[in-house]
Amino acid sequence: MIDELMQKEKAQKVKMETTKPVGESVKLVVPHTEVEMSAVQKVKVKAEGVCAWFGDKQALFDVNMNVNQKEVTAIIGPSGCGKSTLIRCFNRMHETVPTARFAGDIMLEDKSIFDPKLDPVVVRRRIGMVFQKPTPFPTLSIYENVIVGLKLNGVRDKKVLDQAVESSLRKAALWEEVKDSLNKPGAALSGGQQQRLCIARALAVELEVLLMDEPCSALDPISTSKVEELIHELRQNYTIIIVTHNMQQAARVSQKTAFMLNGKLIEYDATEKVFTNPSNKLTEDYITGRFG
Amino acid sequence: MNALNEQEVDGGAVKPALPFFLFGKFKEVGFGDKLFRGITGFFAFLILVLALMTFLALWVNSGPCFKAIGWKFLISSEWDPIQQKFGAVPFVYGTLVSSFLALLIATPLGLGISLFLTELAPLNLRTPVAFIVDILAAIPSVVYGLWGMFVLAPIMQAYVDPVMVKVIGGPFFVTTSIGLSFFTAGVILSIMILPTIIVISREVFEAVPNVYRESAKALGATDWETIQLSVLKPSKPGVVGAVMLGLGRALGETMAVTMVIGNMAQVTPNLLAPGHSMASVIANEFTEATGDVYLAALSEIGLLLMVITLVLNIAAHLLVWFTTRNYGRA
Ligand SMILES: Nc1ncnc2c1ncn2[C@@H]1O[C@H](COP(=O)(O)OP(=O)(O)OP(=O)(O)O)[C@@H](O)[C@H]1O
Ligand SMILES: [Mg+2]
Repeated sequence: MIDELMQKEKAQKVKMETTKPVGESVKLVVPHTEVEMSAVQKVKVKAEGVCAWFGDKQALFDVNMNVNQKEVTAIIGPSGCGKSTLIRCFNRMHETVPTARFAGDIMLEDKSIFDPKLDPVVVRRRIGMVFQKPTPFPTLSIYENVIVGLKLNGVRDKKVLDQAVESSLRKAALWEEVKDSLNKPGAALSGGQQQRLCIARALAVELEVLLMDEPCSALDPISTSKVEELIHELRQNYTIIIVTHNMQQAARVSQKTAFMLNGKLIEYDATEKVFTNPSNKLTEDYITGRFG
Repeated sequence: MNALNEQEVDGGAVKPALPFFLFGKFKEVGFGDKLFRGITGFFAFLILVLALMTFLALWVNSGPCFKAIGWKFLISSEWDPIQQKFGAVPFVYGTLVSSFLALLIATPLGLGISLFLTELAPLNLRTPVAFIVDILAAIPSVVYGLWGMFVLAPIMQAYVDPVMVKVIGGPFFVTTSIGLSFFTAGVILSIMILPTIIVISREVFEAVPNVYRESAKALGATDWETIQLSVLKPSKPGVVGAVMLGLGRALGETMAVTMVIGNMAQVTPNLLAPGHSMASVIANEFTEATGDVYLAALSEIGLLLMVITLVLNIAAHLLVWFTTRNYGRA
C-alpha cells in the first residue's frame, strides 16, 4: 500500500517537475479573482525550503509556502504526513523536541523568525498556538487562564487585565457563557468551552498569527461549529493556519488549502480549486477518499 | 485458535477463559477479580492492624512511665535516669530541629535537581545523574554516620560553622562547636533524604503532560516561566508528598543522627550545640536501661515519635487538600 503510494508519488513528482513546481508560482494557476485578490494581499508568513528531522528521520522535505495576511490557510493530509511538524515550525515549537533539527527559513513579514538574535519567546508572542486537546492550566481560574500570557509580559495593572479578559473572551465567543464564573477553574468547563478558552488565552497577547493544530478533533459537532464560526470572525484581524483532518472543515473555514503527503507539500492553492479541481492526482485521490 | 472459535459458536456467549486447572471448579464470571480484591484487601487491612498493634504495644509498655511521671513527661526537659527524672522535650526538640533543618536544605536542593533532571538537562546527562541519586539512596545509614563523624563533622567545625556564626550569628549560630551538633545532624539528614525527595518529585514532574509545557511555551513563556506555570503549580500536592516522605525518613533516622548530633539532652536555640533525638536516645539507652520506669520512658518516646510522624503526615494531607480543593477536575 505504502509502496504503491510512493511510486505514485514519484511518478507524480516527475510530472510536477516537468510542468510546474509547487510554491512561488502557485498564483499562476489560481483563478482570476484569486490573482487579483492576492495581488493586494500581503504575505504574512513565508516558509522557504523548510526541512525538518527527528533524529535521523526526515519529516519535512523542502516545503515552500506563502501564507497571506488575514486569511485562513488549512493544512490537510493523511496522518503522519508532517502537518503538525510544519505548523510547529511556524512558531519554533519544534525546538522543544530535543531530537528535532531544522533547515530552511521561515519569514514573518520579511524577517526571519530564526534570526539568531531573536529569542523564540518573542516569536511565540506574535505567533500563538492552539493545540488539539484543550489545555487550560488546571490550577488556574478562567480569569487567570486568559491573562497568563499578559502576566508573562509583565502586565500587572488590574484594570488592563480586567479589560483584556473581557475583550479576549468576547473575541473567543465565550464571554456570555462564563462572565459570571470567571473565578471557577478553567478545567471545570466543557471541552468546547475549554478550547475557546485556550483561543482566548492566545488572543489576549498582541497576536498576529494563530496556529491551530486540529483544534476541533476533540470536540462535539456543536462546539466544532462554534469554533469554526469563531475562526471566520478572527480572520478579520488575524492570520490563521489550521491543521485539520476534516476536509469539510477545511473547505468551510479556509481560503487556501495545502495538501501534504509524506512530508512534502503536494499542492497549495485556493481552497475552492483544491477541492473542486485539484491539479495533482494525489490530491484528488486524497480528497475523494481513495486513501488516507 | 480452535478453542476461541468453539467458544464463540457456543450459544453466542463467550465464556471466560479460565486456566485449565480451574475448569469445572470456578466457572463463575469474575471469580479472579473477587479473589484478587479479597487478597489485596486483606493485605491492606493487615498493615492497618500491624500499625495499630505497634501503637498498642508501645502504649502498654510505656504504662509504668506514665504512672510515675504522668503528663509532666511531655513538658519536662530533664533527663536523669539515675534520679528517675524523665522528660521528653530535649529529644522531641532535637528530632524536630534536625529534621526541619534537613528539610530546609534538602527541599530546594532536591526540587532543583529534579527540575533540572526532568526539564532542563540534556538527555545524555539525565541517566547518569539519576544513577548517582539511586546510589545515594542505597547507602546504609551507618555509613552516612561514619562519614558524618570522620569527614563532615571536621569540615563543619573548621569551615562551615565559623561562616554561619559570622553570617547569621546568634541566637541560632553562637560559638563554633566540636562539629557534633543539631546543625551537622541536619546537614547529614538533608543528604540522606535528598534521594527520596528527588526520586518522588521527579516522578511527579514527569507525570505532567507535555502539552501543558507546550501551551506555556506557545504563550511565550521562558523556560523558568514554563516550569512555574505548567510544572510546579499542578505538582504542588505531589511535591508536598515528596517532602513529607523525606521528613518521615528524617524523623525516624537513627544511626547517622546518633553519630553526629552529640547526644546531649538539652534544649537550646544554638544550632551549633550538641543535642539529642528521639530515635537516638532509644537506640543508645535501650540496652542499658535499668528499671521499669526507665524502659517505659523510652517506650513512651517511641510512642511520641509515632504520634508526631502521624500528626505531621495528616497535617501535610490537610495542607494538600486545602490548596487543591478548588482546582476542579483537571
Ligand atoms: N517528537 C517526535 N519525535 C520523533 N518523531 C516524530 C515526532 N513528532 C513527529 N514525528 C514523526 O514525524 C512525522 C510527521 O509527524 P506529524 O506529527 O507532523 O504528523 P501529522 O501530519 O501531524 O499527523 P497526525 O495527523 O496524525 O497528527 C511522523 O512520521 C512522526 O513519526
Ligand atoms: Mg498532528
